[in-house]
Amino acid sequence: MSLSNEQMVGMYTTMVKIRQFETRVQGFFAEGKIPGFVHLYIGEEAVATGACAGLRITDYITSTHRGHGHLIAKGGDLKQMMGEIFGRTTGYCKGKGGSMHIADIDLGILGANGIVGGGGPLANGAGLAIKARKEDNVAVCFFGDGASNQGTTQEALNLASAWKLPVVFVNENNGYGISCPTSKSMAVTDIADRAAAYDIPGVVVDGNNVLDVFEAVSEAVKRARSGDGPSLIECKTYRWRGHFEGDACVYREPGELERWVEKDPIPRFENKLLAEGILTPETVAEIKTAVEKELETAVTFALDSPLPDPSDLTRDVYA
Amino acid sequence: MATKTYLQAINDGLRQEMERDSNIILLGEDIGRFGGCFGVTQGLFDQFGEDRVKDTPITESAIIGAATGAAAAGLRPVAELMFVDFIGVAMDQLFNQAAKMHFMFGGKIKIPMVVRMPQGAGLGAAAQHSQSLEAWFMHVPGLKVVMPATPYDAKGLLISAIRDDNPVVFLEHKLLYGTTGEVPDDPYTIDFGKANICRKGENLTIVATSQMVLTALDAAEQLAKEGISCEVIDPRTISPLDMGTIIESVKKTHALLVVHEAVKIGGAGAEIAAQVAEEAFDYLDAPIVRVGAPFTPVPFSTPLEQAFIPNAGRIIEAVRKMRG
Ligand SMILES: Cc1ncc(C[n+]2csc(CCOP(=O)(O)OP(=O)(O)O)c2C)c(N)n1
Repeated sequence: MSLSNEQMVGMYTTMVKIRQFETRVQGFFAEGKIPGFVHLYIGEEAVATGACAGLRITDYITSTHRGHGHLIAKGGDLKQMMGEIFGRTTGYCKGKGGSMHIADIDLGILGANGIVGGGGPLANGAGLAIKARKEDNVAVCFFGDGASNQGTTQEALNLASAWKLPVVFVNENNGYGISCPTSKSMAVTDIADRAAAYDIPGVVVDGNNVLDVFEAVSEAVKRARSGDGPSLIECKTYRWRGHFEGDACVYREPGELERWVEKDPIPRFENKLLAEGILTPETVAEIKTAVEKELETAVTFALDSPLPDPSDLTRDVYA
Repeated sequence: MATKTYLQAINDGLRQEMERDSNIILLGEDIGRFGGCFGVTQGLFDQFGEDRVKDTPITESAIIGAATGAAAAGLRPVAELMFVDFIGVAMDQLFNQAAKMHFMFGGKIKIPMVVRMPQGAGLGAAAQHSQSLEAWFMHVPGLKVVMPATPYDAKGLLISAIRDDNPVVFLEHKLLYGTTGEVPDDPYTIDFGKANICRKGENLTIVATSQMVLTALDAAEQLAKEGISCEVIDPRTISPLDMGTIIESVKKTHALLVVHEAVKIGGAGAEIAAQVAEEAFDYLDAPIVRVGAPFTPVPFSTPLEQAFIPNAGRIIEAVRKMRG
């Protein structure tokens, strides 16, 4: 899969956007301006970005409780995302869903999900719809290492394989399910090994290298589009923040975070693009400023938006 | 006796029972060194080790199933789900397996297990992390359903739940964890099926559960200033349900209001209202009224969530209406 310079700059911009978005959310949450829980994606930007880079608007994704990155990578509108996170009427879900439930059906985003393991069966359903309509679209299911242990995820892998559904299972192995390290929750080291049980390709990639993720997922997408069925791509990565904001991370080994910060996917990609002359220090600065501005606009939009009226409470329960 | 939080009271109960009976094990996600999602199992891993305080993968179905199997094989497991909402993943193991084995096998097997689950809204946790699902469990023969409202009740009912030979669903309320009250240091039990009359009154009976007990007491306090004397009853366990105490109270006050945080339609309050209508209709001076959440999933945004949760104002308004 060859990428144009423009596409690569686009991927770089997406990663910066996710990082900046999450950093802002982190700040506002700390100030007590955001209700509920937020689960940040900082450090994992290369996974969503690489996986979505080759997708079309008509392709589907299912996301997780840690969904902001997936949504941005699939083209989510920052204003409506911020609006939702702040619980405003202008948010994606009119303030009813919050961070864990943002969806945009026009962009094929079937929702962030508060239930760990909830996405796999839904992605299969989208795959089924694609097949029924004889399209060559795909559905990408993002799920964590923790989610990979849920029956729902394993059931979904089996069904997708048995029915040759056009679904790509993108596992984000960040080493933990809340405090539980993968070494304690599963006996295998590589989640991709489980693909063998379903007779589908299982691939391990460096989840902090956006091009590696892109390559592997694109290969799987190609396979799915051509009717050859699902794949399981495991992206090894790390979440920099706690499981949720406020988590003291007592479960981390000393030095662990620092080692991963050295593998920060953003400067890695940035340096590569600089070395190849695809980016220059000036364009990098321009991109960062433009993203800052876009986010500023989104935040202002959200904070200027009204909170919902209690009379909206029972609206939208039924279609 | 010491003042303790609801959370500490549950922790106390778990620790003391584990000290007493080595057959008790704990199972759940992040309950070990992390101490549990809300901190309820704090310190137990250090005291009892990982063979008795078992961190599980994120596999609710496997957790409830393992607890059921372990109970059938002679242990007394206490499982924790982080949020009651996640029982959806494991419902088969709970209601088709755990709840029915004793009956299906002709009474020849016992399933002494407890499933602890926090429920309730108020944290902005949105639709999949804020529900009150007690009616689901109450509808299943074979399960016992406990909803403590105070630290004292939490400890006593938990110890009773652990010593019970049946699967017990133990529903904690997230907003109650930080509330405080007097809790005896020594272990004690509270019988299931024995309601607590939290406040004596003459004019009207309010039956409330879990966090709504506090809201109802607050409303009763305010109504007292208007000269309306409410009796507030907390059933504490909704299966078994102490209808005797409720009916006796209704015979005295001649009016019944039922309050719960769960959506009103199909809620536990409907059962209480129906039984009072069946047993004590002639004593009623006014139609039975229920206050519950509107028929909608729990919303995220604060003003909507606040409108969802029944408050003292709504209880007061209902009482005034009932009294014409
Ligand atoms: C069914 C269910 N069980 C438990 C939880 C609580 N919970 C939320 S996120 C999480 C950890 C998920 O770990 P993983 O899938 O590895 O994703 P990560 O958080 O690492 O991105 C848990 C246990 C939940 N939301 N849903």
